[in-house]
Amino acid sequence: MTAVALTVNGKAVTGDVDPRTLLVQFLRENLRLTGTHVGCDTSQCGACVVHVNGKAIKSCTVFVWQIEGANITTIEGLAEPNGPLHPMQEAFREHHGLQCGYCTPGMIMTAIDMVNRKGHELDDPTIRHELEGNLCRCTGYHNIVKAIAAGAKAMKGHVQVQS
Amino acid sequence: MSATGIGAAVRRKEDQRFVTGKGHYTDDVSRPGQCHAYFLRSPHAHAKIKNIDSEAAAAMPGVLAVLTGADLAADKIGNLICGWMITSKDGSQMKMAPHPAIAHGKANYVGDPVAVVVAETLPQAKDAAEKVKVDYDLLPALCDPAKAQDQGAPQIHEVAPRNTIYQWHLGDAKAVEAAFKTARHVTKLDFINNRLVPNAIEPRAAIGEYDAGSESLTLWNTTQNPHVARLVMSAFVGLAPEHKLRVIAPDVGGGFGSKIFIYPEEVVCLWAARKIGRPIKWVAERSEAFLTDAHGRDHVTHAEMAFDPDGKVTGLRVKTVANLGAYMSTFSSSVPTYLYGTLLSGQYEIPAIYCEVDAVYTNTVPVDAYRGAGRPEATFVVERLIEVGGRQMGVDPADLRQKNFIKTFPHQTPVIMIYDAGDYHASLKKALELADYAGLAKRKRESVRHDKLRGIGFSTYIEACGIAPSQAVGSLGCGVGLWESAEVRVNPTGTVEVLTGCHQHGQGHETTFAQVVSERLGIPLENVSVVHGDTDKVQFGMGTYGSRSGAVGISAIVKALDKIEAKAKKVAAHMLEAAEGDIVFEDGKFTVAGTDKSAAWGEVALNAYIAHKFAGQELEPGLKEGAFYDPTNFTFPAGCHICEVEVDPQTGESEIVAWTAVDDFGTVVNPMIVEGQVHGGIAQGVGQALLEGAIYDKDGQLVTGSLMDYCMPRAQDLPALKVEMTKTAAPSNPLGIKGCGEAGAIAAPVAVINAITDAIGTEDLPMPATPQAVWRALQKANDRRTAA
Ligand code: FES
Ligand code: FES
Repeated sequence: MTAVALTVNGKAVTGDVDPRTLLVQFLRENLRLTGTHVGCDTSQCGACVVHVNGKAIKSCTVFVWQIEGANITTIEGLAEPNGPLHPMQEAFREHHGLQCGYCTPGMIMTAIDMVNRKGHELDDPTIRHELEGNLCRCTGYHNIVKAIAAGAKAMKGHVQVQS
Repeated sequence: MSATGIGAAVRRKEDQRFVTGKGHYTDDVSRPGQCHAYFLRSPHAHAKIKNIDSEAAAAMPGVLAVLTGADLAADKIGNLICGWMITSKDGSQMKMAPHPAIAHGKANYVGDPVAVVVAETLPQAKDAAEKVKVDYDLLPALCDPAKAQDQGAPQIHEVAPRNTIYQWHLGDAKAVEAAFKTARHVTKLDFINNRLVPNAIEPRAAIGEYDAGSESLTLWNTTQNPHVARLVMSAFVGLAPEHKLRVIAPDVGGGFGSKIFIYPEEVVCLWAARKIGRPIKWVAERSEAFLTDAHGRDHVTHAEMAFDPDGKVTGLRVKTVANLGAYMSTFSSSVPTYLYGTLLSGQYEIPAIYCEVDAVYTNTVPVDAYRGAGRPEATFVVERLIEVGGRQMGVDPADLRQKNFIKTFPHQTPVIMIYDAGDYHASLKKALELADYAGLAKRKRESVRHDKLRGIGFSTYIEACGIAPSQAVGSLGCGVGLWESAEVRVNPTGTVEVLTGCHQHGQGHETTFAQVVSERLGIPLENVSVVHGDTDKVQFGMGTYGSRSGAVGISAIVKALDKIEAKAKKVAAHMLEAAEGDIVFEDGKFTVAGTDKSAAWGEVALNAYIAHKFAGQELEPGLKEGAFYDPTNFTFPAGCHICEVEVDPQTGESEIVAWTAVDDFGTVVNPMIVEGQVHGGIAQGVGQALLEGAIYDKDGQLVTGSLMDYCMPRAQDLPALKVEMTKTAAPSNPLGIKGCGEAGAIAAPVAVINAITDAIGTEDLPMPATPQAVWRALQKANDRRTAA
């Protein structure tokens, strides 16, 4: 077993894990943060995307011990429990960017990272290109692309909570 | 229309939990004392299982049990079944081979479970599975459906000589023959409707739990129809009596058909949970999903269309071999028959149709309904033939379609269906305008200027949804009725729960069903909650598939609301001391006609429960009503999709540059959700046409067994989609709803192939039309031209 200590959604957490434990398993099973999903076993689908030290990472591709000490944000940490939604969450809701919801947390985390890297004015080809690592089987991406463009604009001036 | 009622693009109620990571999917459920199952699967497509030695595995740390098909048989656990009986043309019944949840004696596809290891943790179960020694005797494998009936082909099941499950036919062979004899022009095509892997992003999962105190089993399962799962697992598999088995389908992350069926893993989790006395969880890995989720399509077809000198279609004949895989999955038999042959008239007046379908076993994972189920295959046949026919005769494909459209309703086709409403001209006309068909020639010239080939493809499709009435489907062999149930429970404070037998896995029922109730009762949307997916809460229901939830499920709710209104008026009459016949209910208010005496919805709800204003003998207290709704006909959504592509002849790459969809879904409850359904369907159809294809090698190994080998549509593969609607109401249900879930997947593949073949000027193009396939088609056509 390996001892790990991380910050997740602003809270210090520790764990004693089998060294094979992936970050996504640690989040889902040890911390019961089940908003981060697993959709594949080959790092293709992006349902597991979280932010590690502010960058989008597929949490199915890292062992939790590899990111000892890191600062993690998951979908659960984007908005205060009873507060308003994060602008990107709100944009997905407003533009019907989700159907079954399974890909959604990964999509939203990827989208926020996209805005952090590419700014608030995202055109259609950029968004589609940037979504290379995220699969959605329900929406045909049409409304996801719309949601991200709108969410990107709405994120101007938004300050990320650290719940 | 109220702001949240029928027709309003209300934002979805369920999204708050999904965008915040608070959904509850099966894998999010964790039961106290839960242990984990790992399935050891056959690595061979066809092999005798001579011996299984599990001693070493059983001794591994954390292992609770290693169970095999022999254990399952010893406990008299029944086989999985196919619930739709098909009768062959010679009058014999389909040949359903035994399908045990764990293979016993012989494995029939790569991925067939041969043992299950249950351990404290999943890694322990996996480690132990490596120690199970299975002694196989390899048999030759059969994967190509076109060869399944050959003399000397490997024989998979004793009950089905030459691997033939049934030889079904529909229509009038003689009339068709006569039509072809006198035809001016005949178009003939051979094609394969490629095999697809559904790939809902949430993999299948199951948790089985046994409660010794109540001697009952509970299953959490990624299913589209919990009640049917319970019925089959009780009545056929024999796991527990129906009243001692509870099936919960929590949030489900997409289904597309693949989660309709009853699979081995849930049977094993329940059975083993009782045996071991602990809750058992199993979650598929993606590679396991590829190997075990029922695949879709997989038809080999020869089809011919006869035209008279005016370009009118006079006859259609179709011969299809349908691959059903290694075992018959839950509804597999119906897909290439009653969901396929019956749609072969398309939107056209075709006087004579004859269709023959042979269904065969192969050493591949079972094939069953996948979004569209039979109807995309039928649409492909009809729309490909008419398009190619038009090109061969030198007639504009839009004109040829118009000429052959059915114009009056009801219309009896030669293949069972009675189309009750539609306006095929309207959708085509609108689509032609939106797609700027008139400007196509100019756009084609522009493409040529930058060394590209531009093409346009039509698909004027039809589908049949809300498969019903039960009497009709029963007469065609269906083992269940296809009605739907609803219960409306009004609480004393006036809030409402609606219980439905439908199940949502992306469709947004929690919103649309609530819209219908909110409008009818005049109460805010947030005062209505929709309950589904739990056999302990909802009495019975048939689940969600075949685009049935609107047409059938909402109709049941409407029927229950009728009863609620009738009862509430009685309560109001007592309260207002008026005659029941004088009570008018409008905008959430009960009024005595011609007076200013009134009672609000909430007051009536409360009075129904406190019952102070009436004696129990004259009126039962409470306000709760249920209904079972069985429609009078299928519904027939139809429309026109136009795909425009640009092909790079150097690389064979096709880019979809524009997509226009005009669909007639009858009444639309929430246009935002309906458009979303169309988008998703188109994406899956485009995936089939351009990217996706499950490929087995000659030994029966699935070579496209991961998301790295099987190409799923990504955002970049799709254009922005133009989606519009026309409307003719469905006469067979109270709101006139037709259903929208599958239309895109039905319409799209053939629109894409028609567009690319238009661009490259040759019809010989397989699906998926990958750059390589398109490039080869172009080279072949060039070679032919040079040789000529
Ligand atoms: S689960 Fe991480 S990419 Fe699919
Ligand atoms: S919403 Fe279902 S996979 Fe994207």
